[in-house]
Amino acid sequence: MRNRSASIGVMLLRYAAIACVLLFTVGPFLWLLSTALKSAGENIFAYPPVLIPAEPTLDNFFRVMDSQPIFSYLKNSVIVAVLSVTLNLLLASLAAYPLARMSFKGRTLIFAVLLSSMMIPFQLLMIPVYELAIGLGLQNTYLGLVLPHACTAFGIFFMRQAFMSIPAAIEEAAIMDGVSRIRIWWFVLLPLVKPSLATLAVFSFIAVWGDFLWPLIIIDQPSLFTLPLGVNRLASTFSLDWRLVAAGAVFSIIPILLFFTFTQRYFIEGAMKGAVKG
Amino acid sequence: MMQASLGSSGRRSHPLTPYLFLIPACIVLGTFVIYPALKAIYLSFTNFNMIREAEFVGLANYINLWRDPFFWAALKNTLLYMIVVVPVLVIAPIFLASLVNKHIPGIAFIRAAIYLPVITSLVVSGLIWKWVYEEQGILNYVLLATGVTDNPVAFLTDPANALFSVMAVTIWSGMGYYMVIYLAGLQAIPRHLYEVAEVEGVSAWQQMLYITIPLLRPSIAVVTVMSSIAAMKVFEEVYVMTQGGPMDSTKTLVYYIYESAFTEFEMGYASAIGVVLFLLTLVFSLINLRFLREKS
Repeated sequence: MRNRSASIGVMLLRYAAIACVLLFTVGPFLWLLSTALKSAGENIFAYPPVLIPAEPTLDNFFRVMDSQPIFSYLKNSVIVAVLSVTLNLLLASLAAYPLARMSFKGRTLIFAVLLSSMMIPFQLLMIPVYELAIGLGLQNTYLGLVLPHACTAFGIFFMRQAFMSIPAAIEEAAIMDGVSRIRIWWFVLLPLVKPSLATLAVFSFIAVWGDFLWPLIIIDQPSLFTLPLGVNRLASTFSLDWRLVAAGAVFSIIPILLFFTFTQRYFIEGAMKGAVKG
Repeated sequence: MMQASLGSSGRRSHPLTPYLFLIPACIVLGTFVIYPALKAIYLSFTNFNMIREAEFVGLANYINLWRDPFFWAALKNTLLYMIVVVPVLVIAPIFLASLVNKHIPGIAFIRAAIYLPVITSLVVSGLIWKWVYEEQGILNYVLLATGVTDNPVAFLTDPANALFSVMAVTIWSGMGYYMVIYLAGLQAIPRHLYEVAEVEGVSAWQQMLYITIPLLRPSIAVVTVMSSIAAMKVFEEVYVMTQGGPMDSTKTLVYYIYESAFTEFEMGYASAIGVVLFLLTLVFSLINLRFLREKS
């Protein structure tokens, strides 16, 4: 009897603690949303603060749309993310195949170079990459935004790990039948590592989607702004009106929130694999 | 068995095959990582500024760095950032993970809600918190109403507070990610250990101390390394919230690199700061590498 009431107590304590955590993690989002929905007539600095808008309105969203090409920001973000993720999956899984399953000269060297390239912070690279991109005419182009994300050493390691977990016999049967390596890679191996591809896709998507420093450097034409650049721009344009800044920020969160809702399980799997299995 | 070994070593396809698979990735990584890395080290010994040809200046940039009070301020801010942010991001998510490592109603939603800041881009996170931190904003209201302070706190405009206010955003954005890593670690701990502890009357706190934390050691090591590297590279939060101010109190190494390179166009000098950043992160990257090796 005593035990049961104790466990109910623990349960309540757990929910109370969770409520506090959620207040910290979700609270700021709710406050942002509340601000975005408040009408021009409502004081957003009211004391005490009002969470539920007196007259909720989408006015702020329309005003942001009128003065900022937010759908163009969204379109650019989608194009850059889709291209980057596709290239990264393709190049990483191509390179990972021989590293996982073939022995060849220079393998150790390539491996060592790959490992060391993972240790170099982009902040060191960005000046030469900027100079290079300017030289190649990549300033203010989608390609300029995409290429630095087109292949990651992490992606190669991740896919190598996935290929190594496939039993050798599966591939050897195909080799005996005289199937070429590229066909084995595409028709035999890739279908078997689909979950890993999905996880890598989701993770690189988030990285590219949120990227700010590189676009900030290489893009100065608003017509090519991605969402982070666009939100930053509208924040400085509307710095005096937090309703509009909030509406712009909410707008930029919606797509990634939808993406997250549908791919949630890969996030969890990815974080676990990335950390625990490499 | 015989056939298998024949298959892998006997009937090798064309000897160039492995290289063909590797070429596309090598071109991209060579062009956008390896070559720029070597170039950056070279540039750090020049006076390159995008306009004139780079001239070799020896150690001049490094000597100037040594004498540059802004560099020392940025280094100090970055180290302070690590000292505060890393312990919080290593410890707090352990508790978070054990809090949500239970199959209670609504747990999937709760986990997702804690993860939400992770998927939000840092630019947006910075803006959200800038609004929360407003002088007449919601956080100040809470602090005043609960009597924690008598006057509104100048979170971002007082040099004494600004760096810590920015740190809170980094913590907010990272917690969920590390929580998930710990969740994976927790799920690998055999349940019966806790059941035995329960029977023996070991308190929840002691279970945490003597079962959970020791068995989570591998995850703790990973989180320590990852959060250290991340803390050293902080940029977006600073850019959006304070632009390095007030009075350079939030100027971090990466922010200083950005400023030197892309507002002052001192590319050579900025590269030298970049090399310092690289050396600082190298220690942690090498440890990280060992984890990766162990796993593969």
